[in-house]
Amino acid sequence: MRYEAPETLDAAVALLAGESGLAKVLAGGTDLLVQLRSGMIEPALVVDIKRIAETRRIQEESGGFRIGAAVSGAEMGEHAGLKAAWPGVVEAVELIGSTQVQGRATAAGNLCNASPAADSVPALVAAGATARIVGPGGSRELPVEAVAAGPGRTSLGRGEIVASLFLPARGAGQGDAYLRFIPRTEMDIAVVGAGVCLTLDGDGRCTRARVALGAVGPRVILAEAAAAALVGTTLDEAALDALAEAASAAATPIDDKRGTADFRRRVAGVLARRTAVIARDRAKGAAA
Amino acid sequence: MSFSISLSVNGVTREVALDDPRVTLLDLLRERLHLTGSKKGCDRGQCGACTVLLDGRRVNACLALAVACDGAEVVTIEGLAAQDPSGADGLHPVQAAFIAHDGFQCGFCTPGQIMSAVGLIREGQAGDDPERVREGMSGNLCRCGAYAGITEAVLEAQRVLTAGDAGHEQEDAA
Repeated sequence: MRYEAPETLDAAVALLAGESGLAKVLAGGTDLLVQLRSGMIEPALVVDIKRIAETRRIQEESGGFRIGAAVSGAEMGEHAGLKAAWPGVVEAVELIGSTQVQGRATAAGNLCNASPAADSVPALVAAGATARIVGPGGSRELPVEAVAAGPGRTSLGRGEIVASLFLPARGAGQGDAYLRFIPRTEMDIAVVGAGVCLTLDGDGRCTRARVALGAVGPRVILAEAAAAALVGTTLDEAALDALAEAASAAATPIDDKRGTADFRRRVAGVLARRTAVIARDRAKGAAA
Repeated sequence: MSFSISLSVNGVTREVALDDPRVTLLDLLRERLHLTGSKKGCDRGQCGACTVLLDGRRVNACLALAVACDGAEVVTIEGLAAQDPSGADGLHPVQAAFIAHDGFQCGFCTPGQIMSAVGLIREGQAGDDPERVREGMSGNLCRCGAYAGITEAVLEAQRVLTAGDAGHEQEDAA
C-alpha cells in the first residue's frame, strides 16, 4: 500500500486519477482503518487529505457554512455559529461513535462511506446541503442525497473526491432536527434515523419542509410526500399524523439483526413525527 | 515504501522509521516505542482501551495511521503524571481519583478510561452531572463493570481540577 499526503486538492486528484488499482481517500479514517485492518479492503493507494489546508476549515460563505472534508465532528461541535444555525446537523454528527471517534471522524467521510445508516446524512439531506466534488474534470456541486449510490458505493467518478460540504444560509423561521432509534443510548448504529428541516411563516404555518429517512433503504431517502404532508399546515396533530403515515410509506427497509422491516416502517413514522416537533420548536425560536 | 516521521510523545521528540504505512498509532506506541500502557482491546474503535490525547484531543490510537501523525503531539498514560503530579503519590489527579474510588477491577481498560476522562474534563461539557459523565465516557468499555466507581472518580477529579483552575485564577487576580 502506498500512502500519500498531498498539500493541494489538485495533487490529491492527480494521485487518485493516476492509480490503476484500488485508491481510497483518508480523512478521519474511522471507517477506512477498520476496513483496512480487518482485511475487507486492500487499497493500492491511500490519499490522506488532512494536509490540504482547505479541507481543514469551516468557512462562512453566502450566509451559510462550507465545511472542509477533513473537519472532524468535534470541530463542528465546537463551532458556535454552525451549531446555532444547524443544530440538527451538528447533533447528528455528534451521534457518530464515541467522543474519541468524533475527534477524527468527518461528516464528509460519513457521507462517502455510504452506509445506509450514516447518522449525519439524513440531517444533511434535510438541511439541503451540497457536496463540492473535485475531480479531473474540474469542480461541481452535488446535492448530498446524490452522493451515495448504494450501500458502500458512491456516484463519484474516478479521481473525484468530496472536498467540502456546504450548508446554506439558515432562513428566517427555519429549524432542523435529527433523531435516531437505537436499542441503547450511545455507541450504536441507527436502526432508523430521521432528519427534518422546515420553515414557518409569521403565523406558524409551514411554508417549506424536507424530510429524510436513514437505515430504511439502500440509501438515505428524501421523503417528498412526507414533507408535503407538512407544507401549508400549522403542524397540528392531523398534519403530524399524515407526516408519520407518509414517512412509514416511504420507507423500504429490510429485516436484519438490528430490526425487522415492519418494525422499521413503524419507527420511521414515529421518529419523523418526533423530529418534526423539535424542528418546529426550533423554527419558532428562530422566527421570534 | 518506508517513511520517517517525527512526533512528540509525552513531551519527548521521537523519530521513527516505518517500513509499512499501515502501522497504526497504537502499534507504533506499543511495538516500536514500547509504551504498552495504551491497550489493544478491539482494534476497531469500539472499546476505547487505546485512548490517547492527540494534539490535545482524545482519540482512539487504533484508528489513526502512525504515518498521518507526523508532527503531532501525543500524550499517553505513561506521560500523564508528569503533566500534573498534584494527586496523591505524585499521580495525576485523575489517576489518584480512580484509585480512591476503585474505578477499576482488572485494570485493562483503565489507561484508556483515564485518558478519556482527562479529555472529557478538558472539554468541559459534562459539569457535575453523572449522566453527562456516563455519556461522555461511553466510548470506553469496562467488562468488569466498574462503571459506578469510574463515574465517581471522574466527578471527583473534575472537582479537584476545576477548583485548581479557580485557585490559579485567584492567584492571577492577586
